[in-house]
Amino acid sequence: MKPHALLALGLMAAPAMAQDRPVLTVYTYDSFVAEWGPGPQIEDAFEAECGCDLQFTAAGDGAELLARIRLEGERSEADVVLGLDTNLTAAAKETGLFTDSGVSDVAWDLPIAWDDPTFVPYDWGYFAFVHDAGFDAPGSFRALAESDTSILIQDPRSSTPGLGLLLWVEAAYGDEAGVIWDGLADNIVTVTKGWSEAYGLFLEGEADMVLSYTTSPAYHLIAEDDDSKEAARFEEGHYLQIEVAGALAASDQPDLAQDFLAFLATDAAQSVLPTTNWMYPAKTPEGGLPEGFETLIQPDEALLIPEAEVPAVRDAALETWRSALSQ
Amino acid sequence: MKQPLTLAGIAAGALVVLLILGSVVAVALRAERGAGLGAADWAALRFTLWQAALSAVFSVALAIPVARALARRRFRGRGLLITLLGAPFILPVIVAVLGLIMVFGRAGLLNDGLAALGLPAVSIYGAWGVLLAHVFFNLPLATRMILQGWVDIPAERFRLAAALGMGPAAQFRLIELPMLARVVPGAALVVFLICTTSFAVALTLGGGPRATTIELAIYQAFRFDFDLGRAALLALLQLGVTLAAALVALRVAAPEAMGAGLDRPVQRWGLPGPVVDTLAITLATLFLVLPMVALAARGLPHLANMPPEVWAAAWRSVVVALGSAVLTIALALPLAVAVGRLRPRAARGLEVAGMLGIAASPLVIGTGLFIVSYPFIAPDRLALPVTALVNAVMALPFALRLLVPAVARVESDYGRLAASLGLSGFAWLRLVLLPRITRPLGFATGLAAALSMGDLGVVALFADAEAATLPLQMYRLMGAYRMQDAAAAALLLLALSLAAFWIFDRGGRADADA
Repeated sequence: MKPHALLALGLMAAPAMAQDRPVLTVYTYDSFVAEWGPGPQIEDAFEAECGCDLQFTAAGDGAELLARIRLEGERSEADVVLGLDTNLTAAAKETGLFTDSGVSDVAWDLPIAWDDPTFVPYDWGYFAFVHDAGFDAPGSFRALAESDTSILIQDPRSSTPGLGLLLWVEAAYGDEAGVIWDGLADNIVTVTKGWSEAYGLFLEGEADMVLSYTTSPAYHLIAEDDDSKEAARFEEGHYLQIEVAGALAASDQPDLAQDFLAFLATDAAQSVLPTTNWMYPAKTPEGGLPEGFETLIQPDEALLIPEAEVPAVRDAALETWRSALSQ
Repeated sequence: MKQPLTLAGIAAGALVVLLILGSVVAVALRAERGAGLGAADWAALRFTLWQAALSAVFSVALAIPVARALARRRFRGRGLLITLLGAPFILPVIVAVLGLIMVFGRAGLLNDGLAALGLPAVSIYGAWGVLLAHVFFNLPLATRMILQGWVDIPAERFRLAAALGMGPAAQFRLIELPMLARVVPGAALVVFLICTTSFAVALTLGGGPRATTIELAIYQAFRFDFDLGRAALLALLQLGVTLAAALVALRVAAPEAMGAGLDRPVQRWGLPGPVVDTLAITLATLFLVLPMVALAARGLPHLANMPPEVWAAAWRSVVVALGSAVLTIALALPLAVAVGRLRPRAARGLEVAGMLGIAASPLVIGTGLFIVSYPFIAPDRLALPVTALVNAVMALPFALRLLVPAVARVESDYGRLAASLGLSGFAWLRLVLLPRITRPLGFATGLAAALSMGDLGVVALFADAEAATLPLQMYRLMGAYRMQDAAAAALLLLALSLAAFWIFDRGGRADADA
């Protein structure tokens, strides 16, 4: 009976709150809005200063989020989209639905320079293979291909990290990417639809390594007090994922939307992200990184394919990937 | 004289066709560009058909001995076992895959056992893994459908056969084989069609892009390429496969030619020794229950510590499941009556219309509904009703497979009697039809409720932060590294689905001595 009563209360309360405060609608991906994700804390902090009602709507992952915005077009209720990444920003700009962020002069703590007028970065991470402590992990794609180390990866067609790996190999090896994939074919235990399936299988002991992030061990260390997971450092460098937010041109709350984008760069937002989204903050907050992040590996080089080249590169790389793994 | 039900049935069929074809059309019209179908798409079609056909053959072939054993043996816990065997089918894909991995994976129970015996390890990844998973999902369903066929054989026939001194072989040939000829094509069709929309199972256990199905290609067209034209084309291809398969299977299925009995199953005589039946039941139980036990053992310790959102999501899932079950029956019952009363060609058309939902891509239906409803109403307000509706359309084919033969039998056995007594309309429904079909009706309702409970498909497209269902909430937990909480949520989901199934299915538990 109790959940029912709560549900009813919630339904009655919603219109009352919406009446006296302007509503800022933010579309984001699924894991952002969960109770254990960054959403609730970000919402509280922003509402404390904006005099508005911040409402999240969740849609799958970053790519599904963009698909949804494209479906809705200019009629979208969304004022802000939060959760695209640098592999999607070119396609997002091409829709013409986004407008300038109005955020500049922020001293970002990103591995690359950031001067995009449309999108505001809020966190970032490196893709990496995660393994159990004590496992003698290979130190490069070539070494991995030659070893009998087993790995779990995600499908680039259905998964953000999967696409990240595709572009990682592409950025590191260019024309030789096909050779690398041929070499990796017998290391791959299986290819999963999304990150969750692959990571779940890895925790069940199905493979030596799983494609994830360099920050994954921090979750186990900080949330579970478990130091048994490590990320393997690859000498080619690691591919970057920078997660961004942008304001929609058709928003009926353009000022609030810009305020929210500016808010994302403040300590109030940035201090929430490392231990809820398990990524690096785009601008390190005053208190520094949470304890435990200092144990994470630091790649020698940050790899990133320029956003404008991504659409063409990714289609060619997908063909290479598919033919190498389909034999 | 029984027109209202027939008309309602035709309307239900039209609604389903409108929903499914309408959503494809809506998606196609919204398309900005269309790349057409490429070589990779045809490869996906070939793989889809190949794995679905093999999965159907294996599932049904293995289900026959299990169903026969369950039909002719009485033992303690049989009812519970039959309910438990329904569980894999209603599990969310990702949960079932993890359960299978715990038993058959590289670090699973089977390989631990083989290693202890000094035997080489077996790999679940590849074509055999896909088949294993699809048999795991569908063996219980096929078993239940075939078991229904066995239970529906009037016991008087076995009594007569025993009185005439027929041995098991003659009984099989004269009584059981005709029943199988009637039931098996439908069961195989259902399994085949379920497997044509497989996506995550085929990919995860298939081991790579070789195992690309049409559903994955649709998802890719939507998410990766945002090519709605191609998504719509692929959805049409999938529906074309369904239509062709359904027409073949409905043509092959032989009509029943035996007369009516006294309408109650009784004991059997002259059974062969129990060795084969015991083996069939034991192996099937181990195969189906072990992964679930492994899942339960993983989730149980964390059940008490789950975040409160999971319980709220569980409540929403129960409401959606009940709504979906009611809708399913409201569509299926008139459809089944209409199929029984229309001329054969029209009846077949109507039945195929009802079957469409099984092979319709949830993603395309969801996207289509989104496009159509978006100008009028905010998507997140529709999340739960749309989920219930789409789940009902997807469960409809199962309900039809169960109800059409049952209703047809009642019509042929009691139709003339009822007509001579002047029973029609709702009196006929209440006094004659419903009491005769409680078993398949209960099973269908339970299945619809349980299927809806475990469905992740369409809600993700519509849901906002506050309207997550239990499967979606479980997936969010996994996505946030919280695998233990996710295991507990999966256990809760399994328990709720089984409870829904159990409650509705009480009448369908093949209780021959009742």
